This record gives sequence, C-alpha cells and structure tokens, in this order.
Amino acid sequence: MSALLEVKNLGKRFQGLAANEAISFSLNAGEIIGLIGPNGAGKTTLFNCIAGFHKPSAGSIVFEGHEVTGSTPESMARLGVARTFQIVKSFASMSALENVTVGALLYEKRVALARDHAMQSLEFCGIAHRARLAAGNLTVAEQRRLEMARALAINPSLLLLDESMAGLNPAEVQDAVKLVKAIQKRGIACLIVEHVMEAIMPIADRILVLDYGRKIADGTPLEVRSDPAVIAAYLGD
Amino acid sequence: MSKRGLLACAIALALAAVAPLAITSPAYQNMLIVALMLAQLGVAWNILGGYAGQVSLGHAAFFGIGAYTSTLLLMHFGLSPWLGMLAGGALAVAFALVIGWPCFRLKGHYFAIATIAVAEILQVVFTNWDFVGGAVGLTVPMRDTGLAAFVFNSKLPYYYISLALLLLTLAASRAIETSYLGHYFRAIKDEPDAARSLGIDLTRYKLIAIAASSFFTACGGTLYAQKELFVDPGSVMATSLSVKIALVTILGGVGSLIGPVIGAGILTAIEESTRQIFGGSGRGTDLILYGFIIVVVAVYYPQGVVGGIRAWLARRRSPPAPGVERAA
Repeated sequence: MSALLEVKNLGKRFQGLAANEAISFSLNAGEIIGLIGPNGAGKTTLFNCIAGFHKPSAGSIVFEGHEVTGSTPESMARLGVARTFQIVKSFASMSALENVTVGALLYEKRVALARDHAMQSLEFCGIAHRARLAAGNLTVAEQRRLEMARALAINPSLLLLDESMAGLNPAEVQDAVKLVKAIQKRGIACLIVEHVMEAIMPIADRILVLDYGRKIADGTPLEVRSDPAVIAAYLGD
Repeated sequence: MSKRGLLACAIALALAAVAPLAITSPAYQNMLIVALMLAQLGVAWNILGGYAGQVSLGHAAFFGIGAYTSTLLLMHFGLSPWLGMLAGGALAVAFALVIGWPCFRLKGHYFAIATIAVAEILQVVFTNWDFVGGAVGLTVPMRDTGLAAFVFNSKLPYYYISLALLLLTLAASRAIETSYLGHYFRAIKDEPDAARSLGIDLTRYKLIAIAASSFFTACGGTLYAQKELFVDPGSVMATSLSVKIALVTILGGVGSLIGPVIGAGILTAIEESTRQIFGGSGRGTDLILYGFIIVVVAVYYPQGVVGGIRAWLARRRSPPAPGVERAA
C-alpha cells in the first residue's frame, strides 16, 4: 500500500539555522501520528512545510502520489490537507457557523448548501448549539473545536492538528481525544503536534520524536517511551 | 432580510424619492446630489476596504479614470456618456488589476501607502498630459440635453440618476456580501492565514474585490463629469477625494452595507454647515472636523456609526448576565 503522505529528507533552514534536517517519515490513510519533542525541536516548522506555509529548503513531500514540495497552503487545502493553528485563528467578525461555512464553500459555492454542510460539521464536533454565537465569544475549548469543524468542512483526507489540546482542562482533553478518534473513524488521517502526553499516547498509532530539528525516534507509543534517545532529549543527558 | 428591515428600506426609498420635490432650492438639491454621489463612492469603496479589509487611499484614480474616459470618448468619437460610463468602468477594472497584482503583495498600511502613491502618480501624469487637457482640464461638450445625452438643465434628473446609481451599487454590494465572495472577503480580512488553509487564494479574491470596487467608483466618476461638465486632475484625482471616500465609510461603518450612506449624509451635512457658518473665511474648517472625526471614530467607535448603534441595540436587547454564557 502506498502512503498518503511521504516526507523524504526534508530540511528547512532559516538564515543558517536548521529548524528541520533530513526528516523522513510516511503516513498511511486513516493513521494517527503524534509529533512530539522539546520546545524548539522544529515540530511547527515541519507542520508548516507540509501545510504549504513554509517552502522546504531540501527534500520532498509527496501527497497522494503528487509531488507537492513547496506548494501553497491554498493548493494543499484543495488536495485535501486541512490544518488548525497553535494560536487559534477564528474569523472574529463571523459567527461560529459562518466560520465553518467559509471552509465548506471550497466545494460548494452556494451559500445555503455550504451552510448545511457546515452545520453537520459543527454537530460532529459537538458545538452545534454555539452556531449563532460570535466566534470570539466561545470558550478556548470551543474555539479549538471550531477550528477542527472548520478544517473538516473542506473534506480533508489529512488533518494537521497543531497543539489542539493546549489550554484545556483534563475533562476537555478527554473530550478532545474522543473527537480525534471519531475523526479517525471517518477515515481521515491525523498528524498531531502535541505537548499533552496523556492525550497523544493512547490515540497515536505511531509517534515521531524531534529534537534539534532531527527525527530521533519513530515507533509505537510504547517503543518511543522506552527509547533511550527520547528519554535523554526530554530529561537531559 | 427581516420584515422590519424591508419596511425601513421601503420608507427610506420613499423619502429619497420625494425629497427633491419638497426641497426645491437648487443649492440644497445640489447638496443632496453630492451626498448621494459620495454615498455611492463609499459603498463602492466598502467592497474592497470594508469587506475584504484592503484599505485603499487611492480610489480617486478610479474615479478620475471614469470621468476622463467618458469625457474623452464623447469629445473624440461622440460616444454616449452612458456607454462611456461602461467603458470607463472597464478601463478602471483593467487598471485596478494591473495595479492590484503587485500592490496586494503588501499588507495593511503598506498597501494603503502604495495606493496613495499610485493615485498620486496618475494625477501627475494627467496634469502633464496635453491630450487629456493637462492641468487646465477638459470641458464636457454639450451638444444636446436630455436623458440620451446625459446632460440636463435642472438638478432634478441628476438627483434621480445619482439615486439610481447608488441603489445599483448597494444592490451589487448586497449581492456580494451574501454570496460566497462576501464570506471569502471577510475571511481574508479577519485571518488571511486561516483563509489560505481553507483553500482561498488571497490574491485572486482581492483582485475580484478591487475589480468590483473600481468599476462602480469609475461609474461615479462619469456621473460627476456629466453633472459638472468639467473635469481636471485637481478635482477628480485629488488625494483629498480618496481620503473622503474612505472617510465616509469609516465614519458610517466599515463592512456594513448601509454604513457609507450614513457616513456620507453626516459628512455632507458637516461640510455644508461649516461653509454656511464660517463662509469663505472658514475654509478648511471642515478639514479640522474631519481630523477630529477620524480620531473619535478610531478611539471610541472603530465600527463606525452603524457599529455603535448595533452595539447599543444589542446591549438594550440583552442586559449582560455574567455566568449564563458559560452555563449554556
């Protein structure tokens, strides 16, 4: 089976600083991969390269058999790569429903129909009762869900979640974990940057660990947890 | 639209239709026409500056292109100004697309500065270009009067044409606002990166916004030329005109359909009353007031008059009840 996403020898330099170096991994359809690592390890950079927000300095990215290295975010979205943002970027002048409608409009330009589709997405994410509220008036947990609902509205086959559980209380983290599992059930693969270990360990099929821009481990949560390189990176030598 | 909204529209329309019949003084009729024309320009500006959030301080360029194109076509080819209006609109769109392509790479204030520069350059070019009359300007030839010629002896027809153009521009703006374009424009204004992540090509949609905006602005330019029967760079391409077009919208309410109309009404009233109170010795008093208004709006009412009224209505309808929000 060929992979949904294939990253080969990816490198990204910012004026001499190597944020990502020689990173390779592949992700299959419907798989959940957790991306972890200490602060500044290059997780968000890798994420931005895949989503098209950064142009890689080296290596290649292949998505569904298409060479997409250096593509723009809008063309990645059309290919089926959706993302959320570490710092929530909801459309503040719009209601929650309108936020998601913007996503749904990608394939359905008739607003009324796109709105129906958006409503389904809000329901799926459990915030349909907030549909009429201004996006800025939602709680942090609801705003994170709104971002997921909006990303799902473009019918992605890969969803990139950038610290979607940051700032949530333990109960909310559990709800978010359930939501990610439900997303996976729909056949959507997820690449998740996460700091909350108890959230990512039980749901990830595989974990990638970055440190100083390099991949230091790649395996099941159990393997990664006992990997000496990972322990060293997190606890210091 | 709600029933109350429709009723309010119907009343406003009826009032606008009979206003010049009640106000017979040509001076006041002229004031109403100026207010309508300014409102139309504000509504056109709002498509780009309000919905899509790309603040242009160079819209006089499009206005001037509209005014000059119809006038030149009439002078040299005897083309009807009505067709000239469409030609001017088309030329303004072409100009807007050529200018927009590089300028939309700039963000926020830098885009605004670039638009000032473009309009300024165009004004200098026209001032020194003999074919278009240079600094002296052009007098619109009057061969005939009547609807076909777009020239009238009384103010009344200009009033109704201005009103019709305003309504047409409002209808177009409303159609854009409620369509997918309106959603995309607002998304681009609020969070461009999030918009891109949803498959929205920023440059493409900004170009659509500036095309619609510049077309209607140029139509307003032709109307001005036919009303004044004279165009020169100092009046139709002035930076002060660009600022005024932006100001009526900012004052009335950025990104709201009716905001620019309210802003134009207020601004015209201020201009006229300072002229009457201070006369010739008070030249520029209105500019001092503009400055004051900009400061007040920016500090206290960033959403303009319409936004202020909306917030006030919302407060009245639902008194704040802390805690309820979260429990729901």
